[in-house]
Amino acid sequence: MKQSTKITKTPDVKSQKGEGGFYSDVVKEHFFKPHNFMEDETGYKADGQGMVGSPACGDVMRVWIKVDPKTQKIKDCRWKTFGCASAIAATSMMSDMVIEKGGLTLAKARQIRPQDIMERLGGLPARKIHCSVLGDKALRAAINDYYRKTGQTDKIEVEHGRVIDKVLKITDHDIEEAVLEGADTLEKVQAKTKVGTGDPACIPEVEQLIRFYNEKYCEK
Amino acid sequence: MAPKREIYMDHAAATPMDSRVLKAMSPYFGKISANASSLHSPGQAAYKAVVFARKSIAAVLNGHPDEIVFTSGGTGSDNLAIRGVLESAVPNLGWDGSTSKPHVITTAIEHHAVLEPLAHLQKIGAIQLTIIQPDKKGLISADEVIKAINPNTVLISVMYANNEIGTIQPIAEIGKGLLKWRKANNSVLPYFHSDACQAAGYLDLNIEKLHVDLMTLNAGKIYGPKGVGLLFVRRGVRLSPVVRGGGQERGIRSGTENVPGIVGMAKALELVQKDKEKESKRLGLLRDRLIDGLLRLPKSRLNGDADKRLPNNVNISFLDIEGEAAMLYLDAKGIACSTGSACASSSLDPSHVILALGMSYEAAHGSLRFTLGKSTTKADVDYVIGAMPAIVEMLRKISPVTLDMKSF
Repeated sequence: MKQSTKITKTPDVKSQKGEGGFYSDVVKEHFFKPHNFMEDETGYKADGQGMVGSPACGDVMRVWIKVDPKTQKIKDCRWKTFGCASAIAATSMMSDMVIEKGGLTLAKARQIRPQDIMERLGGLPARKIHCSVLGDKALRAAINDYYRKTGQTDKIEVEHGRVIDKVLKITDHDIEEAVLEGADTLEKVQAKTKVGTGDPACIPEVEQLIRFYNEKYCEK
Repeated sequence: MAPKREIYMDHAAATPMDSRVLKAMSPYFGKISANASSLHSPGQAAYKAVVFARKSIAAVLNGHPDEIVFTSGGTGSDNLAIRGVLESAVPNLGWDGSTSKPHVITTAIEHHAVLEPLAHLQKIGAIQLTIIQPDKKGLISADEVIKAINPNTVLISVMYANNEIGTIQPIAEIGKGLLKWRKANNSVLPYFHSDACQAAGYLDLNIEKLHVDLMTLNAGKIYGPKGVGLLFVRRGVRLSPVVRGGGQERGIRSGTENVPGIVGMAKALELVQKDKEKESKRLGLLRDRLIDGLLRLPKSRLNGDADKRLPNNVNISFLDIEGEAAMLYLDAKGIACSTGSACASSSLDPSHVILALGMSYEAAHGSLRFTLGKSTTKADVDYVIGAMPAIVEMLRKISPVTLDMKSF
């Protein structure tokens, strides 16, 4: 995983040790005082909303957005998350990133990756990475929902590739990326993506894909 | 967010050292620090301390000193019991198909230190494994265990009290049933092992009443030092060594004796066993007060039987919230507890114990364990009861999930 040169303190993204405390101060700040969460959805007029995950997997994220129709920028982003500290902090941080400096355009917002959120959080312990990968998916689902509602169906982008895990909406592209980042076994890919925890039926296919991408990228 | 108070409610994970234990150990870090296997006078002073500790522990267990094998802790003892019995049943675990495959019986709620070595042996084809499921309240039926025995069964491993939900298993009943089975079948096998790490502070460890052949104990859970434990090995039980070397502990567990650790373990066991009735009574009341207080919150449930339960264990699931988040909010209030949520473990699955109760994944993710101890007071319990509602309310407010009680 590439780390931005802008960061002065190396984030604890890969370390198993979680040096300097398990969670960064930024994670703690967002966890204990979450920003922009949906206090009361009755009366909130969302232009788009999206939800991913299932309580059985331990993570559910729901995102609401308001969009300026002229600029196509996100004016407001609210969320609710069922999950651990890093899941809550990651959604909170994502909502900040989307609305800061006058708001991101939908096109830009759609490009937010879990890595970007993690960088802003000052890193996450390795085994917590999978907790941060759902927020951006929920956001993209909300963006698609907005396009659907406003009749801009041509702009709807389905997740890259084919959905493998139907519950967590994890695609072959996500698995490809995990393998490229060095995850060469099912366990390691699960640690990054959580694939198969809610939809165990997809595991044989995931294993097949891991083998395929391993051969493609990793073996000589 | 500076913690207002410091309330430690994670005694099942680790206990603080009793100052009397530390005092008993201290000479063996300085004045008496020779190798207990050395024949010179300093070595003999260390050896004497080990002999004395062994005698004192044997007295507590109502066993013989030569039945005590010191190890590196609970995990070390469990692994020794399992692998030791199986290696002696099948040399080098190389089951070649010429005999019947050794069979082992255990339960779905054992500690990983029992389940993992057994799962590994099953995976490499060395054993056949029967895993007994608990009932909804986390209790194992002694009948079911005895019924699972077949002529190839070499080992039964059932924990005395569960580390997560505190349920107390019918060890003596299983032991008696097993004695009958052995007599009827004219066999010395199967051996009966019990992990008693969590029970040691509160329950009777008399091996003649429990009828165990092997029993695991750990000093770190009973106000003694971490990194030392023991395996009780009944006379006549055949056990292959797992750690080979200089032949300490009658060759069953090699390695230079951890003299201060062993001395500390003996002292710790003596102290907790002496106070167990009084302390069980005191903590039982506090436990019930905490359970009652927490169950007043909506959508909550007690995990594990309310009565056949260690006096220091409270384990409650709260729907719609995730355990790790709740645990960290409690931590910010100065309350240390633990959770069965997947996020707090290194795997992606929530607690295998809570799931074995037939609870949903959702409910297992929201479980919190509070384990009380010597330092726990009524004021501590009331503080936790007072702190919990706001935390549950906050986390439910930011949660998109609203499950109903059917999810339990």
